[in-house]
Amino acid sequence: MSPKTMGLSAWLTDDAPASRAQANLGRAYDIFRRLCRNPLAALGMAILLVLVLCAAFAPWIAPYSPIGQDLPNRLLPPSAAHWMGTDELGRDIFSRVVHGARLTLLIVGLVAVISAPVGLILGAVSGYFGGWADRILMGITDIFLSLPKLILALAFVAALGPGIENAIIAIAITAWPPYARLARAETLTFRNAEFVQAARLAGGSHARVIGLHILPLCTSSTIIRVTLDMAGIILTAAGLGFLGLGAQPPLPEWGAMISRGRAFILDQWWVATMPGFAIIVVSLGFCFLGDGLRDVLDPKSGDKA
Amino acid sequence: MSLLDIQNLTVTFPTPRGPVNVVDGVSLTLGTERLGIVGESGSGKSMTGRAILGLVRPPGVVKADRMEFEGQELQGLSDRAMRKIRGARISMVMQDPKFSLNPVMTVGRQIEEALRTHESLPRRALKARVAEMLEAVRIHDPERVMGLYPHEVSGGMGQRIMIAMMLIPRPRILIADEPTSALDVSVQGQVLDLIDELVRENGMGMMLVSHDLHLVGRYCDRVMVMNAGQVVETLDAKNLHAAQHPYTKGLLAAVPRMNETRAELPTLDRSQWAST
Amino acid sequence: MSTDVESAALSGPSAPRRRGPRRFAGLRRLVEFLVILAFTFLGLLAITFFIGRVIPIDPVLSVVGDRATAAQYEAARVAMGLDQPLPVQFVHYVADVFSGDLGRSVSTNRPVADDLARVFPATLEMATIGIVIGVLLGVPLGVLSAVKRGRLIDQLIRIFALLGYSVPAFWLGLVGLALFYAGLGWVGGPGRVDIFYDGLVDPVTGLLLVDSLIAGDLDVFFSALDHIILPATILGFFSLAYIARMTRSFMLDQLGQEYVTTARVKGVPEWKVIWVHAFGTIRVPLITVIGLSYAALLEGSVMIETVFSWPGIGNYLTTALFNADMNAVLGATLVIGTVFILINKLSDILYRILDPRSRT
Repeated sequence: MSPKTMGLSAWLTDDAPASRAQANLGRAYDIFRRLCRNPLAALGMAILLVLVLCAAFAPWIAPYSPIGQDLPNRLLPPSAAHWMGTDELGRDIFSRVVHGARLTLLIVGLVAVISAPVGLILGAVSGYFGGWADRILMGITDIFLSLPKLILALAFVAALGPGIENAIIAIAITAWPPYARLARAETLTFRNAEFVQAARLAGGSHARVIGLHILPLCTSSTIIRVTLDMAGIILTAAGLGFLGLGAQPPLPEWGAMISRGRAFILDQWWVATMPGFAIIVVSLGFCFLGDGLRDVLDPKSGDKA
Repeated sequence: MSLLDIQNLTVTFPTPRGPVNVVDGVSLTLGTERLGIVGESGSGKSMTGRAILGLVRPPGVVKADRMEFEGQELQGLSDRAMRKIRGARISMVMQDPKFSLNPVMTVGRQIEEALRTHESLPRRALKARVAEMLEAVRIHDPERVMGLYPHEVSGGMGQRIMIAMMLIPRPRILIADEPTSALDVSVQGQVLDLIDELVRENGMGMMLVSHDLHLVGRYCDRVMVMNAGQVVETLDAKNLHAAQHPYTKGLLAAVPRMNETRAELPTLDRSQWAST
Repeated sequence: MSTDVESAALSGPSAPRRRGPRRFAGLRRLVEFLVILAFTFLGLLAITFFIGRVIPIDPVLSVVGDRATAAQYEAARVAMGLDQPLPVQFVHYVADVFSGDLGRSVSTNRPVADDLARVFPATLEMATIGIVIGVLLGVPLGVLSAVKRGRLIDQLIRIFALLGYSVPAFWLGLVGLALFYAGLGWVGGPGRVDIFYDGLVDPVTGLLLVDSLIAGDLDVFFSALDHIILPATILGFFSLAYIARMTRSFMLDQLGQEYVTTARVKGVPEWKVIWVHAFGTIRVPLITVIGLSYAALLEGSVMIETVFSWPGIGNYLTTALFNADMNAVLGATLVIGTVFILINKLSDILYRILDPRSRT
């Protein structure tokens, strides 16, 4: 039965999918529909969609250039011409916020892409092999988990030097431990399962078993965890930016913008507060979506948190 | 006079597919006798007990033509009035002491609370009554046991503590909701004998809810069989073997006997009666 | 957002219990605890060492300056022990730290350890008031949220708590200052006290509120109160968000348990069912949560102190960052990290000691 003969939504919700692709797409569609039923999760998805659109189409959405200075128009309050006002160099804050979305997405995306796989692999290896490998890897993980993340990130960036790449690396170094624990827990559950033994008997190497069989089982927990961690990563990145350790000027990083607005907070409050609102809205969006995903993908935890 | 008089009790829960009557038009009376309620999981037998005690929380809705305890209508009673009845006049022993006892409170304190809620007595008198009750459920070093936590006692003892807790305020009716289902078979008999003895001694009415037909047959005067929220048959325990309804007959037939001669146990053929 | 301790708290103490001789069980657990603690510290030291020596910044240059000759550079390098192999350097480093030598601050030109001892009480004072606010408000809100689950008040409290995860601390500090200090004049501004009160009171404990009361100087006391209330409240907000969320989660777990029904069957009034039974069960895991929150506040104070020019360890750290004063940065990192680890591990072990279910 091809999509054309059945209608797309019927094809996606078919109880007997004909191919793996259909099954996967169908599951994704089902998750999407259930998420939409939760108003906060739907709001979260909408916020993130706006974020992605802003990042992708920033030059078209932003009415002004984010770095073009216009000194005669400095420190103007929010108005029809400048929705969020202008900063101390006359730049339109709204445009800078929209362009800053790119930086935000870049930072959280890269941190997630670096820290999650590293953590997952370490955790899976640790749980799979057990014994000394497990003890050592989990010991390292526990040590990192016991340390204050922001402080460590600060110290790393202090040593590496300010800059957006170093900020990403520093945050990623502190962000991987939860994924290691997650992967280890899942691996321990399945380590002795029959399908793992079957894969080994069929001649699969350890790497193959871990990579193709065990790690995919961690997918839903990982997605939930990554989404929920995003808010924290955004805040840490903004904190680094605020201290001048993240993206350097004239890049419109939201934390750095707040820092520069600090001097004018009393009279021209919008310079510092507007980027803050952007941070809050995006973080909330991730939190809502993360909670919603957890309700849908992991019903055991219910709506308990 | 009958202790409990219930006519047409219905407990409804909303589900994504529409409202479902978990208890559907159940009527029963209870005097100073032992009534057994038997059914499979989901038959509504536990919910009946909870509805009597007013423990069905929203979104569940309880409705009955009549739900009278000692002549007093239970529906529409204020919370305060209902609380005076719970524990003091009608009590319930629950299934698994591992979960039904507060894990971070000593056993003694929990039993004391059951008493203190309804009678104000000086501390020493309270402790004496608790010790007395523990002796009555055959726990012979009450002083020591009172200081223990629930995880420190065995399943059988835990259930006896539960019984002590529920009987100490001297209620008129005891609802026993699967009181032995979580216990070892060897201990089940002891606990049921104990309940039986205490109920008789104090002239109480008892509702024994269980999925075990023969157990109910042994310990009850009358048996009420439930299926899918409805009462299927009510009969005297001594006439159990002469049950009329196909469901009851099916249940009886499905239990293996001591000198079993059948090669296969029959299964229920549910098409024989109308059920939702 | 959930750590190992929290998941243990939610599910009860971990099985299996060891079947060893009872007398030694406690001792063995204590030794285990100390060993884990030691290894964690060692890990922290390794990381700070790594950041300080291994990452490409020339520590010698920061001591001798750009204009040093090759000979001076080499002499300094040997004096700093940098010609030794790394493991040896690490051992020296650990020995130094344990003897209290955290190096010298380039900006204040004093031993880092002395600096830190001087600034730490300020952070302690603020974080402590913050946690008190967080507990006093967070716990009742969490219980209320759980009891009224699904209703409007629950949704509102949950969103309010989520804000605690979404609002940048430094931003809230700035906005708070602008609104409550500059705008409304309700609280004092940056700094610990008004300038003319600075240094007036003997630093007996280092906690200004306490010291001013000891000295009987009410003017200083009220000025200090005036200045601490806003930053401490902001910290309290973040703490509240976390505590309320965890309390709600714990309470929901308990309210669904059979023993709560038992209590109702007994005729116990509903408020007692909630506060004596359900809440009574979560008291111990909640202590762990509060401990974790306290540790997090110490970390979070970094940003708040910077915004409020509060002379605490967080401000010291960020100032050192701006001055590229690596000794100070690493020393502060070590101290904050150590306190963080201590509080976390202590909370963990406190849970095991206090929970009656751990009694063998």
